[in-house]
Amino acid sequence: MRFIVCVKEVPESIDVKIDLKTNKLQEEGISTTLNPFDQFILEEALKLKKNEDEIIAISIGTPQTKKVLMKCLALGADKAILLSDNVFIGSDSFATAYTLSKVINKIGDFDIIFCGQQTVDGNTAQVGPELAAQLKIPQVTYVESVEKFEGKKLLVKSQTDDGFKIVESQIPVLLAGIPPSSFTPSLPPLRNIIAAQDKPCIIWNFENLDGPKDKYGSVGSLIQITKVYYPPPREKGIMIVEEPITAVEKLIELLTKDKVI
Amino acid sequence: MLGKAKELANELSQDICAVIIGSEIRKFCNVLSTFGANKIYIAEDGALKEYNTEIYTSILTKIILKHKPNILLFPATKIGRDLAPRVASTLKLGLAADCIKLTIQNGKLLMTRPVYGDNILADIICPNTRPQMATIRAKMMEKAEPKQNESAEVIKEPVNINVDSFKTIVKEKKKTSIPGVKSIDEADIIISGGRGVGSKETFKIIEELADVLNAAVGASRTAVEAGWKPKSCQVGQSGTTVSPKIYIACGISGTTQHLVGMKGSDVIIAINKDPEAPIFEVANYGIVGDLKEVVPLLTKALKEKKI
Ligand SMILES: Cc1cc2nc3c(=O)[nH]c(=O)nc-3n(C[C@H](O)[C@H](O)[C@H](O)COP(=O)(O)OP(=O)(O)OC[C@H]3O[C@@H](n4cnc5c(N)ncnc54)[C@H](O)[C@@H]3O)c2cc1C
Ligand SMILES: Nc1ncnc2c1ncn2[C@@H]1O[C@H](COP(=O)(O)O)[C@@H](O)[C@H]1O
Repeated sequence: MRFIVCVKEVPESIDVKIDLKTNKLQEEGISTTLNPFDQFILEEALKLKKNEDEIIAISIGTPQTKKVLMKCLALGADKAILLSDNVFIGSDSFATAYTLSKVINKIGDFDIIFCGQQTVDGNTAQVGPELAAQLKIPQVTYVESVEKFEGKKLLVKSQTDDGFKIVESQIPVLLAGIPPSSFTPSLPPLRNIIAAQDKPCIIWNFENLDGPKDKYGSVGSLIQITKVYYPPPREKGIMIVEEPITAVEKLIELLTKDKVI
Repeated sequence: MLGKAKELANELSQDICAVIIGSEIRKFCNVLSTFGANKIYIAEDGALKEYNTEIYTSILTKIILKHKPNILLFPATKIGRDLAPRVASTLKLGLAADCIKLTIQNGKLLMTRPVYGDNILADIICPNTRPQMATIRAKMMEKAEPKQNESAEVIKEPVNINVDSFKTIVKEKKKTSIPGVKSIDEADIIISGGRGVGSKETFKIIEELADVLNAAVGASRTAVEAGWKPKSCQVGQSGTTVSPKIYIACGISGTTQHLVGMKGSDVIIAINKDPEAPIFEVANYGIVGDLKEVVPLLTKALKEKKI
């Protein structure tokens, strides 16, 4: 079996700032990490992996994205591929999915594609389903766990708007994963971090993929961001520091005065 | 969603069309008409009872190609966020996720959505592809005024389904939300409890307050992890994003992962014994105190006030 896990490098803190001179997001100098949703789904993939199986982690990013791919290798992936090229800059979810589909087609046969449900920065939750559509394979999103994998059939538990469902799927399939509340990301032990140095981490650029240049990056994107800005600040709130009974009275008075209730 | 669609359609002098896919769905036509739909495309079949990404995509893409809408909106629910990108990618259309504001600018749809939690907003347009697509947080938009005696034109769409070709099948489905108990994504008021509540038993006081206000009960991830509340109650980054009229956070510290899920609420009230808790930074009203004392008093006071 071959499993492919799509991972993204994201800022460690989502408290990012806008550069008021360029009106762009300040991306330099902030510390980054593996998108937690991607780490979760990678760990699900690792649970399914038997000896003869191969797990490949792929990411589109900058040269420094190698860091998160090394983490994937330390966590247990067998091989990593980094796509890094100025041509890919400014991709929307459609162009990102297109690029990933080209990489995956180049890798060749696969059985399951794993994505995070969403990233903590862009948070579109679109790359997974858009990729599945481009690869023409079924998808299951909001996957909380893989319950069973036998032969060519997979049973997964996935969240719904009012609970959960158990879905049976054929392979190949794309799973987009969201951690259940019990999930804590594991830290790879030092010896695995060292061993990861010997695993292949390949770097590809635009030249390594087929497909016309105008399908990639901002040129290949279908949406355009016209402006980024801070939301209007919430009005400064009123703090009530009183004995409970007085505090409650005061709150109700304020809520009534402000017509909240 | 119809409220928003109506506003946009009026500005562009276009029709409001609704699409319904499923089984036994005719009954929804009435309410869709009342809320302003001019046309309703209906794809009905017993085999469509259970949502299935592939088959719903195939039906919807055919409807889009046939009727060529200018704008296509989906609710940013789990189904909406599963279906919309699949449809968009199949037809090579641009799509903006989880929008909180939609306006028309120079004849085009301007979509505003939060990124990086709700710390930053981005304005997005779809310059070249039609329909312009968005999933939207419907709760954040004004509801349409219902009008009786309106009747939309109902157009039946052909459905061709071969159940044997389904590559995914739902084997089992379970609601973790308890029937009769309000779910957090539909409630106008949410009372949420966090680690500060301390135990499953103490959650009773949160539930009693919710009862009085006809509110839903929410929880932080810590409270869900502790098993005090089911996952369907979880508000935040890996739970549900909510934007009720009133959000009352009890014993919740207000980490960014929690805040992103509730910062869009109209009015936020926080009860926490730590005056430095970050939740107070977003709260309109904050009570510094022990929730075990404050919440029951609040319940009692509101009961007496008969709200
Ligand atoms: C990838 C990822 C996703 C996450 N997703 C979510 C998510 O979706 N939703 C979510 O909520 N969290 C999420 N978290 C977890 C989040 O980081 C916090 O751990 C969690 O929100 C904290 O919950 P809490 O506020 O209940 O607990 P704490 O942070 O422990 O806060 C408890 C608060 O209660 C107060 N308190 C204690 N006793 C009392 C009392 N008697 N009366 C009044 N106040 C009292 C304390 O002062 C404190 O401020 C996520 C984390 C990660 C890494
Ligand atoms: N640049 C990228 N490289 C590899 N995978 C990505 C990239 N961007 C998004 N993904 C995958 O798509 C998922 C959803 O991302 P998004 O749609 O951006 O919220 C992520 O969790 C990843 O699995």
